Amino acid sequence: METMRTQEVTANDLPWKIEHNTLRCTMCGSCVAACTFNAIEAKMERRSVTISTGHQPEPMQQHKAIPVIMQKNSLAHHCVGCGMCEKICPNKAIKPVRNPDSRLNMLARSGGAPIKRGGRNNLIQERTFDKIIVGRISQMTDPSLDAERHSFDLLAPFGRVLPAHKLPFKQENGELRLTEKTPPVNWIYPLIFSDMSIGALSTRAWEAVAMAVGYLNEKHNLPVRMSSGEGGMPVNLMKSDYLKYMIIQIASGHFGWNRIVRAIPQMKVDPAGIIIKIGQGAKPGDGGLLPAAKVAEHVQAIRGVPKADLMSPPNHQGLYSIEESVQKMFMSMNAAFKFRVPVAIKCAASATSVSVYNNLLRDPYLICGGFFIDGVQGGTGAANEVSLDHTGHPIISKTRECYLAAVKQGLQGQIPLWAGGGVGLTGNAAADAFKMICLGANGVFLGKLLIQLCGCIGNEQGRCNACNTGHCPTGICTQDPRLVKRLDIDKAAQNIVDYTLAFDMEMKKLMAPVGNSTLPVGRSDALVTTDHAIADKLGIQYAC
Amino acid sequence: MCRIGAIKSKVPFYPSKALYLMLPQQEGHDNSGFAMVMQDLYGEFSEYKDKPLLSLACTQKGAKLVEDYMENNSFVQVHEWIPKVNRKPGLDIKAMPYYIFRNYDYPDYLANASQEAKEELLLSTRLAIRELLEKNDQGYAFSFWPDVLTLKEIGDPRDIATYFGLWDDSGELLAKNIVVQCRQNTNYDIVRYAAHPFFIQGYTLCANGENTFYTKNKEFQKSLNKGYIGFESDSQNFLYTLHYVLHELKWPIKYYKHVITPLPFEEVEDRPDRKELTAIRQSLGHLEINGPNTIIAMLPDNSMMTCCDSKKLRPVVVGGDHETIAIASEVCGLNVILPDRDKSKDIYPNEREVVVIDEELEVQRWKQ
Repeated sequence: METMRTQEVTANDLPWKIEHNTLRCTMCGSCVAACTFNAIEAKMERRSVTISTGHQPEPMQQHKAIPVIMQKNSLAHHCVGCGMCEKICPNKAIKPVRNPDSRLNMLARSGGAPIKRGGRNNLIQERTFDKIIVGRISQMTDPSLDAERHSFDLLAPFGRVLPAHKLPFKQENGELRLTEKTPPVNWIYPLIFSDMSIGALSTRAWEAVAMAVGYLNEKHNLPVRMSSGEGGMPVNLMKSDYLKYMIIQIASGHFGWNRIVRAIPQMKVDPAGIIIKIGQGAKPGDGGLLPAAKVAEHVQAIRGVPKADLMSPPNHQGLYSIEESVQKMFMSMNAAFKFRVPVAIKCAASATSVSVYNNLLRDPYLICGGFFIDGVQGGTGAANEVSLDHTGHPIISKTRECYLAAVKQGLQGQIPLWAGGGVGLTGNAAADAFKMICLGANGVFLGKLLIQLCGCIGNEQGRCNACNTGHCPTGICTQDPRLVKRLDIDKAAQNIVDYTLAFDMEMKKLMAPVGNSTLPVGRSDALVTTDHAIADKLGIQYAC
Repeated sequence: MCRIGAIKSKVPFYPSKALYLMLPQQEGHDNSGFAMVMQDLYGEFSEYKDKPLLSLACTQKGAKLVEDYMENNSFVQVHEWIPKVNRKPGLDIKAMPYYIFRNYDYPDYLANASQEAKEELLLSTRLAIRELLEKNDQGYAFSFWPDVLTLKEIGDPRDIATYFGLWDDSGELLAKNIVVQCRQNTNYDIVRYAAHPFFIQGYTLCANGENTFYTKNKEFQKSLNKGYIGFESDSQNFLYTLHYVLHELKWPIKYYKHVITPLPFEEVEDRPDRKELTAIRQSLGHLEINGPNTIIAMLPDNSMMTCCDSKKLRPVVVGGDHETIAIASEVCGLNVILPDRDKSKDIYPNEREVVVIDEELEVQRWKQ
């Protein structure tokens, strides 16, 4: 009996198996060229075949060497199921097939390193959003509105809102006049394109998102804002009029801020806001990670760093308490833009979110312009899988708890609540956003859906999720110029624009039946759920 | 849909006029109750205009509870009027055993107190009485305020009027202002507190429609003032916001409309007061209303106001002559009580308009 090496890795140990049909394959090589993970190769296979070439059947058995496409039995080059081979094959001769018996999780920690990947949490498959229905429909008691004909006011605040009794009004001839400056508040579209850095994204993909934002604002009058992510911004953009559509992010690595600060004197317009990122939902308590493979020359330039693994610390160096962060981080960011630009904070959702929100609401300087909470189903370009799958907090109940904490104190609306992390996960962002708003959010932010609109094929069932590798097969999460060329950025921007326009109409299609022409922030009575536990937790009606 | 109405006159008039205004407006199975707030009283109460008047519907035990409470809290009763009711069989009314209207003198310790302190005490006292009666299920306290009388009952308004002798025009009940509504809460629980008009500290309001921002209004209002309670009807939201804007924030009346139905952002951008309007919208976003509504309000200075939702989904009309002006959901009511008015001068306010009628019956109208 032949001696076997049972510990050798074979295709059956890997998460995806390549199915190759030699009868259809012409050995054109496209699939091998297209596979960015180097997971397949052309090889010769020894076959025993029966052939007959004459006019009459004359079967003969032959041993032949046949060229085939084979999967590499390698952990380093395992197939991620991206399907580029299938996409490019002219003869439908090859495709990846999910392997339910994969042992990758047991094998891939060689060298003592945790598994890293991109994407979202792959463990939580249940969606609370989908158990909530907009159930309070205007019927007889009041008329539904008409989404096509009526006008709707779909805007949300970004900035610190003062309570009415603190507005510095004085009365003159029956008119109220503001006598002092109030904290800056920008009213923007309740959907923010969120926090994907140049570096995590290819510059071209980032540009596609920025182009979509420009188009939505300039051509469709939808004031959608985009957050830069922690990776700096092109100087030309900072010097342009389009800066007003951008929210600049500062995170624990402060990447890109050298150039941002230097550009401030040359800014013609103010940015839409500043987000101080404390943490993100996909990898809470774990810093951002940009592998050296993705730190291309232009990324080095924008961020002001050498080519090396770029790790944002899990914490801001200057932060050891909320009060201190308010005093130092918020003050300095406000001061940098002379108190004209709202400064918000983004945290990963956590069991402690309500405490943070309470504390910010009670801040006597009235300086926090928004509380962004990011749930466990948020996406990322790179993280340790243990963080992605096993840390974080669902966003829906946490948003609701924060809102109700503010309600209890009569402070709702003073620090706008923005929620993200799984919004639009199934492609229905408007429905998710509407429900989130009814539960108390002023607006939502999303990122992963945007790159999916650009062409990302990653999903929550373990397909691709290779944003960390620099080998993104769609040219989105890579800095490899050959791969970036795969991305048609005009088409990507157009997809985002089209989706956002549909989002806008879908929002109206949800507002109209409940009889609202402005955003129903906190209108929990509009929602029902088919799940008792959800009804109890969120304080909405149970229905069956 | 509730029909709502109000009459303001230079000469005191009887509640029957309010009934004549309302009854023609009935549609189908509409009229299911009767509720009115009278202000600037004559007849029985003309001598007690500055003495807070408590309007109660209660049991005998309830009456005793209130009596004890008022005594313990140093209020001195100076006048009482108990309507002689007609208990003839067959009337459609779910009557309470007692209806009591009492004027009190302020406690001695408030003799030199500020108006604010007095107003605060009247509110606290009404809330305390309400709680007392509610806890023991012994009745209802509708208002406690100088020169203001409230009556609310469940049943057919015609029969309710018969029961209280309102058709008799007997000279006891007279006022220069009445805000009225002829329906119980037919969509939700039927409780006397749920019938408009609602009252707080000199502000009276009724609204017809559905406030679809009820929940967010309520959640916000609860923290603004201890008097913002009940919420048996979504129309209370309008009253509390009116009270908050005018009485608490002390803003001019024109800003009420900006709070409940803010202008679209695009329109605000073109206005010289955009900073102020945006600040108001931001700070009081949770007091915005949505849904189809018309509001009629009466203010402490006896002026009356009406305005509509931002899409004008509920009707209202204002009309009158040099002596009397009425506001009603439908013009047929006006035609009955003011048949000879110049109908060409009737006002049908639009979705951005506010109409205010002052003490001299001068009508101001403006767009927000």
